[in-house]
Amino acid sequence: MNVDKLIRMANQIGSFFEAMPDRPQALQDIALHIQRSWDPRMRAALLAELDSRPGTEGLTPIVGEAVRTHRKSLEGSP
Amino acid sequence: MNQLVDIDYGTPAKPAAEQVSLEIDGVAVSVAAGTSLMRAAMQVGIAIPKLCATDSLEPFGSCRLCLVEIEGRRGTPSSCTTPAEAGMRVRTQSPRLAALRRGVMELYISDHPLDCLTCAANGNCELQTMAGVVGLREVRYGDAGANHLDAAKDESNPYFTYDPAKCIVCNRCVRACEEIQGSFALTIDGRGFASRVSPGQMQPFMQSECVSCGACVQACPTATLMEKSVIEKGQAERAVITTCAYCGVGCSFKAEVKGNEVVRMLPYKGGQANEGHSCVKGRFAWGYATHADRILSPMIRQTISDPWREVGWDEALAYAAGEFRRIQAEYGRNSIGGVVSSRCTNEEAYLVQKMIRAAFGNNNVDTCARVCHSPTGYGLKQTLGEAAGTQAFKSIEKSDVIMVIGANPTDGHPVFASRLKRRVRQGAKLIVIDPRRIDLVAGPHVYAQHHLKLRPGTNVAVMNALAHVVVTEGRLAEQFVQARCDTDSFEQWRQFVARPENSPEATAAVTGVPAEEVRAAARLYATGGNGAIYYGLGVTEHSQGSTTVIAIANLAMATANVGREGVGVNPLRGQNNVQGSCDMGSFPHELPGYRHISDGATRALFEQRWGVTLQAEPGLRIPNMLDAAVDGSFKGFYCQGEDIVQSDPNTQHVVAALEAMQCVVVQDLFLTETANYAHVFLPGSSFLEKDGTFTNAERRIAPVRKVMPPKAGKADWEVTMALSNALGYPMRYRHPAEIMAEIAALTPSFAGVTHERLDTLGSIQWPCNAQAPDGTPTMHVDGFVRGKGRFLITQYLPTDEKVTRRFPLLLTTGRILSQYNVGTQTRRTENLRFHDQDLLEIHPHDAEARGIADGDCAGIESRAGSTVLRAQVTERMQPGVVYTTFHFPESGANVITTDNSDWATNCPEYKVTAVEVSRVAQPSTWQKARQRFTDQQLALLVRARS
Repeated sequence: MNVDKLIRMANQIGSFFEAMPDRPQALQDIALHIQRSWDPRMRAALLAELDSRPGTEGLTPIVGEAVRTHRKSLEGSP
Repeated sequence: MNQLVDIDYGTPAKPAAEQVSLEIDGVAVSVAAGTSLMRAAMQVGIAIPKLCATDSLEPFGSCRLCLVEIEGRRGTPSSCTTPAEAGMRVRTQSPRLAALRRGVMELYISDHPLDCLTCAANGNCELQTMAGVVGLREVRYGDAGANHLDAAKDESNPYFTYDPAKCIVCNRCVRACEEIQGSFALTIDGRGFASRVSPGQMQPFMQSECVSCGACVQACPTATLMEKSVIEKGQAERAVITTCAYCGVGCSFKAEVKGNEVVRMLPYKGGQANEGHSCVKGRFAWGYATHADRILSPMIRQTISDPWREVGWDEALAYAAGEFRRIQAEYGRNSIGGVVSSRCTNEEAYLVQKMIRAAFGNNNVDTCARVCHSPTGYGLKQTLGEAAGTQAFKSIEKSDVIMVIGANPTDGHPVFASRLKRRVRQGAKLIVIDPRRIDLVAGPHVYAQHHLKLRPGTNVAVMNALAHVVVTEGRLAEQFVQARCDTDSFEQWRQFVARPENSPEATAAVTGVPAEEVRAAARLYATGGNGAIYYGLGVTEHSQGSTTVIAIANLAMATANVGREGVGVNPLRGQNNVQGSCDMGSFPHELPGYRHISDGATRALFEQRWGVTLQAEPGLRIPNMLDAAVDGSFKGFYCQGEDIVQSDPNTQHVVAALEAMQCVVVQDLFLTETANYAHVFLPGSSFLEKDGTFTNAERRIAPVRKVMPPKAGKADWEVTMALSNALGYPMRYRHPAEIMAEIAALTPSFAGVTHERLDTLGSIQWPCNAQAPDGTPTMHVDGFVRGKGRFLITQYLPTDEKVTRRFPLLLTTGRILSQYNVGTQTRRTENLRFHDQDLLEIHPHDAEARGIADGDCAGIESRAGSTVLRAQVTERMQPGVVYTTFHFPESGANVITTDNSDWATNCPEYKVTAVEVSRVAQPSTWQKARQRFTDQQLALLVRARS
């Protein structure tokens, strides 16, 4: 999968939830949205990018935190 | 169902507030107060002679044929204009009345050609019938005097003729144009004997403001206005009530048929979505169904540079199934997927998603809602709890304030637009939020109180500004919110929208809308009575499409404009069955009824019924499938009735994805742009060739009934079934009614739906179940489907697609009345006479700065690609914004659009593309390459047939 596009999509999702006042809830909602709407291979590609370039993969801070915090829920068989 | 002529009650029904009882010809009758004597009589089977009256129009009282006598009253009043009163005793027949009627008829016939035997209306002419009814036996005036018998016929319209020689000046056509369609394109020119029906200012129809809706033709009691198809083919033998296959209004039609050939389509007055009205597409543009371009034999080939080979159904299906299984064996179960057609029936949509989930064994299924109203599904589900609009179209009759956002109903949903305009003419106020000056902003007897002419991409900022005014000026419906909504989320939202950065003054710099205009619109919506919001793709097709839908729902809840007639949140959905295809589980993450695939209990229901184990993870959406194809992990694609090469954004990316696949199966009526990249072509069937149901934008499930046998031998549901069987997953349905029974058994919102119930009720709005056995016209009446209405914060975020010095203009795309979406059908009809190419609308300032004159070739370049269109210089556009339609493949409108998309659903951002426009002399490189490729593909098709 085009990982740049996946990162852009993830950041877009993060931008919506970033406005929520309850940050833990926002983190959970970001991860939940990705989990419930992305095919496993897309999530796997995102996680692989996160693992290969931690901190420089291009995710916004809130999305990076959401993915790291809720990583288990995002893992699936590609 | 097969009745060719409906009962005409002469005048419209009146709401039954109070009943009055009277006697007509000695028969007791009780009717709603305000009902005409003519209608009251017809209710007990007494047909009073008439010519200028018909029950789709308000009474006019001009023909003097419907005179009656009322005991105790003088004179002979016209029964169409005289309301029934309690205790009246009415006589419809007497020697005096007979003499009067005969005299009137004699005058009519004295100026009417007596060519009945060769007239297209012979046997179906009200004038002819009335002459018989009143017993006209002679015409004493001869033909030596002045008459209109030599008046020239107007044949300019491709679908109907206007023969003034046959006109009796009853005004029905003029009134239909005014009252039903609201175009005011017809009038009566001249006075007395010189009176003539005049399109525009005595212009030919095609040069007038006529929009060819057909209301005048339907209203005409003679052959003055007559369908050319009837003139050519003669009158029908039978009629079948079915549902139009164009837009999401879902008009009900009577298909009038001779043998297996359609003679004409008449809007059915019993149809609850359209109540007897139609537009140029549904009424007239059905010829594509029998067009010579239809491909009626299955075809296969190994590569897209090979010639097609016509084969039998069995061979084509075995080849497709074999290829899909080979790909899965080599690349994995998830390497194939498919698209459900939103043009096909609910039953067909259900079968395709079932085949993909059960036979393919994955959830890689999607539908064209992905590129139109997927944000509606998400936004309304999150806030209100159900992924659909809240009202029936009829609800607009009780609206006081109508807000239209990002929709152009007069072009995209014309029959609904006529209802909307009628309500505005009655006094409702209209707010339009749109970058363009659409026709609703200022039309005949309709104008918008406020037109918020925003910059494309700033919907959220405008909605937040409207909410800011409601909140900060104390115009909230506090009681409603406290009782019906989640108050924690409401408080968060209230604080958010009240922030200074959301004020109209602060957002004006971004949106381009003057603050006072926003404030006035907000006050009107919040305090003007029943406020209804109707929106379209101008809301959803943005990077913040879902956010805008949420903002709309927030605003409606905050002002208590949900849960009763006259209000609501109403998506004007695009395709005839896009609501239905979504309902049927066509999204990769949802089973039928919008239940998430990860829900084990729901999955278990389907697993038990289908006898398979379903994947619990969401599959790929269409854009994800295309990305995965380019990436190499997606190799096989079943595309039912969608032309993604033309309709989806960034054409060159779509083409690259299709070229990267090993097996593309297209099931369609024609060799579409997408079919040019296919390895298997399976002939599809038009809506006239099958049974089933469509679900329109108001959740109305309406019957689709077979008018003629499938021209290629199989209806689409039979093709899917055969493919599934070839894949080794058996399907054994004998009729779509059996498929609906399975849908009902597995989907709570459809639990009470059967084809038999639909035959009885005409149509049903879901949810239809034990709690609502006849369906649900208005949603969220006593509570929201999700329990408490949920507010969400809607932060405005500018799109990434920004104007720069290189791309200083914003392109937005849309539709035009006479063409439909990618034009596959309408381009194969006479609708080409109305619109034969996509044009680039550009403001005079922008055109002048680039040396572009009206009609020049204009090159349009974006970050994604470039194409060339003819320029139309118009002040409908605001400076800095250009617009085009996407009906013609050679235009390449989607070569320009990018793959930016909505954050929640990946709905493409068609409505905002940064471009530059310049004057050019020749087609773009892409256009030339496309033409070469298309020519090659047509040559390969010809070789298959030779």
